[in-house]
Amino acid sequence: MSAPALPLGLFAGVDPWIFAFSFVTVVVTIWMGFRSARTSKTASDFFVAGRSVSVGWNASAISGEYLSAASFMGVAGMVMSSGYDALWYPVCYACGYLFLLLFIAGPLRRFGAYTIPDFAEGRYDSPVFRKIAVCFVLFIGFFYTMPQMKGAGTTLAYIFPGLPYWVGVVLVGAVITLNVALGGMKGITLVQAVQYWIKLFAICVPIFVLMSVYGFYGRHVGVNDGRSIAPAVGLSASPAAHAGGGDAAVTILRKPLGEKAPSDLAWVSPFGPLTTKAAKTAGLTAEEARPYSLLYTYSLIIALVCGTAGLPHILVRFYTNPDGVAAKKTTMWVMILIGVFYVFPPIFGVLGRDLLPELYAATGAKGTDKIVLELPRLLNERGGVWGSVLSGITCAGAFAAFMSTFSGLLVSMTGALAHDVYGRMLRPKSTAAERMFAFKISAVVIGAIAIGLGAQVEQLQINFMVGQAFAIAAASYFPLLFMSVWWRGMTMQGAAIGMLGGGLAALACTTIINLSDLKIVDLAAFWKVNPLLRILCEQPAIWTVPLAIGLMIGVSKLTAATIPSDIRMKMLVLHAPEKLGLKQEYIQEHSAGAGH
Amino acid sequence: MSPSPSPQERVHSEEFLHTLMRRQLKLSVICAATFLVVLLGLPLANYWAPALMATRVAGFTLSWLILGVLFFPAVWAISWYFIRRSIWLENDEVAQVQAAQEEAKK
Repeated sequence: MSAPALPLGLFAGVDPWIFAFSFVTVVVTIWMGFRSARTSKTASDFFVAGRSVSVGWNASAISGEYLSAASFMGVAGMVMSSGYDALWYPVCYACGYLFLLLFIAGPLRRFGAYTIPDFAEGRYDSPVFRKIAVCFVLFIGFFYTMPQMKGAGTTLAYIFPGLPYWVGVVLVGAVITLNVALGGMKGITLVQAVQYWIKLFAICVPIFVLMSVYGFYGRHVGVNDGRSIAPAVGLSASPAAHAGGGDAAVTILRKPLGEKAPSDLAWVSPFGPLTTKAAKTAGLTAEEARPYSLLYTYSLIIALVCGTAGLPHILVRFYTNPDGVAAKKTTMWVMILIGVFYVFPPIFGVLGRDLLPELYAATGAKGTDKIVLELPRLLNERGGVWGSVLSGITCAGAFAAFMSTFSGLLVSMTGALAHDVYGRMLRPKSTAAERMFAFKISAVVIGAIAIGLGAQVEQLQINFMVGQAFAIAAASYFPLLFMSVWWRGMTMQGAAIGMLGGGLAALACTTIINLSDLKIVDLAAFWKVNPLLRILCEQPAIWTVPLAIGLMIGVSKLTAATIPSDIRMKMLVLHAPEKLGLKQEYIQEHSAGAGH
Repeated sequence: MSPSPSPQERVHSEEFLHTLMRRQLKLSVICAATFLVVLLGLPLANYWAPALMATRVAGFTLSWLILGVLFFPAVWAISWYFIRRSIWLENDEVAQVQAAQEEAKK
C-alpha cells in the first residue's frame, strides 16, 4: 500500500502497519460516505435522516459520535497522569446520559423539530429565542471542534514524524466536510455507527493482548502500593512485589517512575494531583487541601453530567428517532455501548504508568496523551510485528474517534445554519431543494472555519478544551431543556436570561483560566492567595448551573404574563404518548392560528 | 363543564396533564435520586472513610473498583428499570383514554 502523491521522504520513520490501518480507516470512511450519499435525497434525509433510524443503528451512531479524541486518547492519558481523580471523566461521560434519558430524551423527540433552535422557538413562540439558541449551537460546536482538530493534527504528526501539525487538521477536516456535504445526517449515520464498532475493537483488542502478556488490570493497580521499586536490578525493568493474589502466572514488571510522576499513594487514592493542584499552589497542607478537593470533585461531576445532557450535537440526533419511546430505548443502548467502551481507556493509563513511565517526562501530546498509541508497540520488544499491528489498530481507532465526532458537530452546526438561519430567518419561503443546497454550502463554510480554528490550537490541551465545552453546555443548554420540558411557568425572557447568564458566566471563567494558563495575563500570585476562586473558576459548574436555573425561575416569575397561551397543549405534546395523536392536532391548530 | 366530560375533553383537561406529568416525573425523580445517592455519595465516602475505601480488593482499591468498574452496570440497571416502567406508564395512559372512548360510544 503506498500513496504516490506524498513525497517519499515522509515515509522515512513511518511504521507500515500503523500507516496501513489508518489509511484503510480513512478510505472506508470516504467510501461509505459516497455510498450512503446516493440514498440521501430529501431535505428530511439531510437534516434528520428521514426520522427513520432504528434503535440499534442510532445507538451505535450516537455512541460513535460521542466517543471523541478526548475519550479515546485523552482519558487514558489523564488516568496515567492524575490517577484516581481522572476516573470521574469516563464515568460521568457515560452517566450523563442517564439524566438525558430520565428528563429530556422522550419529550424532546415528541415535540418534533429539526434542530434544538426549532424546539426553542416552538416552545416559546419566539423567533428571537431561536436566534439566541442558534448562536449557542454554533458557539459550543466550535469550542468542541477545536480539540477534535487538535487530535487529528497530533495523530497524523505521530504517524508521519516531521509532518507539520496543520496538515492533519486540513486533511481530516476536508474528508469529513466532503462526507457531510454529500450525505447530510443520513450519510453520516451509517459512517458513525460503523466507527463506533471500529473504536470499541481498537480499544479492547490491544488491551486484552497487553493484559495477557503483562498482567491484568487489578494487579497493575495493585503494584501501586507505595513500596519502592526494587532499584538497580536491570537497566530497563525490575520485578515489583506480587500484589493482589500471590501465585501469578505473570510477574508484573515495573519500570522506575520519573521525577515528574505522582507518587503511588497520591495517584491511587482519591483527591490526588488533579483536584488538589489549586490548594497545593496556595501552600496548604494535605489535610487543609481536602475540602477544596471535595469541592473540585463535585463541581467536575456536575459539569460532566449536565454537560453531557446539554451537548447540541448529541441532542440533535434524538430527532432521528421514529418516536419518543424509540428515543428512550436508544438512550439506554447508548449508555450500555459507551459504558462498555469507557472501561478500557483507564486500563491503558494504568498499564502505561507501570510499563512506560518515560512518558511522564513530557506533557500533553508528546507525553501521557499518546499512551494509547505508544503502549502496544512495547510488544515489539517481545519479537514479531504484533506490537506494530496493535498500535496500527489503536491509530485507526483514534482516526475514527475524531472523524466521527467532527462529522457529528459539523452536521449539527450545518443544520443550525442551513435550517435555522437560512431556512427560517433569511428566506422562510425557500423551497426544499434550495434548503438542501444551502445545507451543502453551509457544510463547506463551517468545515473551512473549523479547519482554520483547529490550526490555531496546537498549544492547548485536548481534555482541557473539551472540559470547557462541557462547562458551557452544562450551564446553558441543560438548564434550558430541563426547565422547558418540566416547568410550564417558564417564559421566553426567563429562558433566555438564564441560558445567557449561565453560559456567559461559564465562558468568562474558562477564558480567565485560559488567559492565565497561556501566560497572557499573569494571575499566578492571585491564585496563590485565593485557591477557592481558582477552583470555582476552573470548574465553574457548581455555581453556574444553579445560577442559570435560579435566573430562569426568577425572571419567569416576574414575566409570568408572557407564558404562551397554549402552554397546556404544548405540555401535552411533550409528555403524552404519540398513540393519542395529539401531535397532529397541535400542528393543525398551530398552522391554522399562526399561518405558517 | 358537564359532570362526565367527553374523552376528548378529558385528554385536554388540566387534570389529565397534571397526572401525566406527575407520574412520569415521579418515576424520573426516583431513578435520578438513586443515581445521585451513589454518584454524590462516593466522594463523601472517600472523604470521611478514606481507610475503608483504600481496602484492596483483587489489587484495586475499593473506591477504584466501584468507580472504574462497578459503576457502569449499576447505571445500566437504573436505566433498564426506568425504560420498562416508563413504557408501561405510557401504555397505561393510552389504554385509559381508549377505554374512556369505548365507554363514550356505548
